[in-house]
Amino acid sequence: MTTTSSRLRLYRFASPATFYPLAGKLVPWFAAVAAILAAWGLWLGMLRAPTDATQGDAYRIIFIHVPAAWMSMLLYVVMAFWAAIGWAFNARLASVVARAIAPTGAMFTFLALWTGALWGKPTWGTWWVWDARLTSELILLFLYAGYLALVSAIDEPRRADRAGALLAIVGSVNVPIIYFSVVWWNTLHQGASVSPAAAPKMAAIMLQAMLLMTLAFWAYAFAVIFVRARAIALERDNAASWAGAAVGRTPAQTEATT
Amino acid sequence: MSTTFAVLVGRDLRLAARRRIDAALPIAFFTVAISLFPLGVGPEPQTLRQIAPGVVWVAALLAAMLSVTQLYATDLADGSLEQMLLVPDARLAIAAAKAASHWLVTGLPLVVAAPVFGVMFDLSREAIAALVASLVLGTPVLSLLGGLGAALTLGLRSGAVLLILIIVPLCIPALIFGAGAVAAVDAGQSARGHYSLLGAVLIFTAVLAPLATAAALRIATE
Repeated sequence: MTTTSSRLRLYRFASPATFYPLAGKLVPWFAAVAAILAAWGLWLGMLRAPTDATQGDAYRIIFIHVPAAWMSMLLYVVMAFWAAIGWAFNARLASVVARAIAPTGAMFTFLALWTGALWGKPTWGTWWVWDARLTSELILLFLYAGYLALVSAIDEPRRADRAGALLAIVGSVNVPIIYFSVVWWNTLHQGASVSPAAAPKMAAIMLQAMLLMTLAFWAYAFAVIFVRARAIALERDNAASWAGAAVGRTPAQTEATT
Repeated sequence: MSTTFAVLVGRDLRLAARRRIDAALPIAFFTVAISLFPLGVGPEPQTLRQIAPGVVWVAALLAAMLSVTQLYATDLADGSLEQMLLVPDARLAIAAAKAASHWLVTGLPLVVAAPVFGVMFDLSREAIAALVASLVLGTPVLSLLGGLGAALTLGLRSGAVLLILIIVPLCIPALIFGAGAVAAVDAGQSARGHYSLLGAVLIFTAVLAPLATAAALRIATE
């Protein structure tokens, strides 16, 4: 009896009607957490952390670059996961979330490439090299672009969700290739500075700033994805009574939209 | 299943034989595209030798991507795709047969024509052999992934450009190892590692791409 009721309670949030107000309440909190953590992380990273012995102050872009690169890969996996759940179980909200994740993931991928170029110029002497990690991150950007283009080219939402899910799953083959590229190929990009298996190869304060920035990016991603998912859910369920109530229509007006 | 496969491949080959000009378009595109590079880059043999593997491979990739859009489109337009899908459990056979016939009609001619371009780009005999070997292993990958793209973009507006955007990123490993094999031979090294990786990519796509294409056909026609 208790299992049934707790399971019911979990599934409740898979309904757009429940998700919409809940996500609406969570968005300001995530946004505030993102702003506070980013301010703290940037203060630690830009002002408090010591200057690097070999790279000077140029290394400080790591506090944006590495969290953005982590988010770009993580969000692709999360997007593929929710898209697959939406496809396999016909869970509409999961597909909505997958579509809401894609633009944010593409943004972080672009940010990682851009900050990487800014970092590469003073340390490597070049904006761009065709090494394994840079190339595979660029391919990740193409994969995000392909997903976005495919789902927006298909007008019917169900077909768009499913075709997008298939493409996202096929493309997720690339994520481990990016992650391990610096291990598999000996290229210009340095190896990972932080890994769960070993002690971090950097000062504690730098690590702290980087983790704060990562958490800030997480909170930002949640806030933005919830805003976007709410908008997509509202657009798709336009004729439903909850959507009418959410935008302040009377039941009669909602009836008239169908 | 194997009868469905054989019947469909036979049908596509017969159709290609009756529309010979249509079937010859990809190889014509391949020829024209490759011929542009010596004109654009300059005719120095040293430069040409260096860019030849990449140029031939990129042209093969683009020829495959441009021709594959027609793979299901004509059958969708005249309704025969719907009839084929009525055959019980035929999706996988259709996906595999379409990729196979695309390779026979466009991939195989590119492999056969490649030595001519090797000569025109002043490649050594060993490098030409490596080019042909890498194309034999690599062009089926392009047909298999292209079939997936064609099924995903079936009947969409601007499907051709969309297909290139979504499938080319997936073809990049084949391009890297294919062109890399020729460059390795040209530099006097062994290309065995490249062949192995290319073969692995081929096996991986041959197993998974028809399954994904079958799923995409189902999504597109439901």
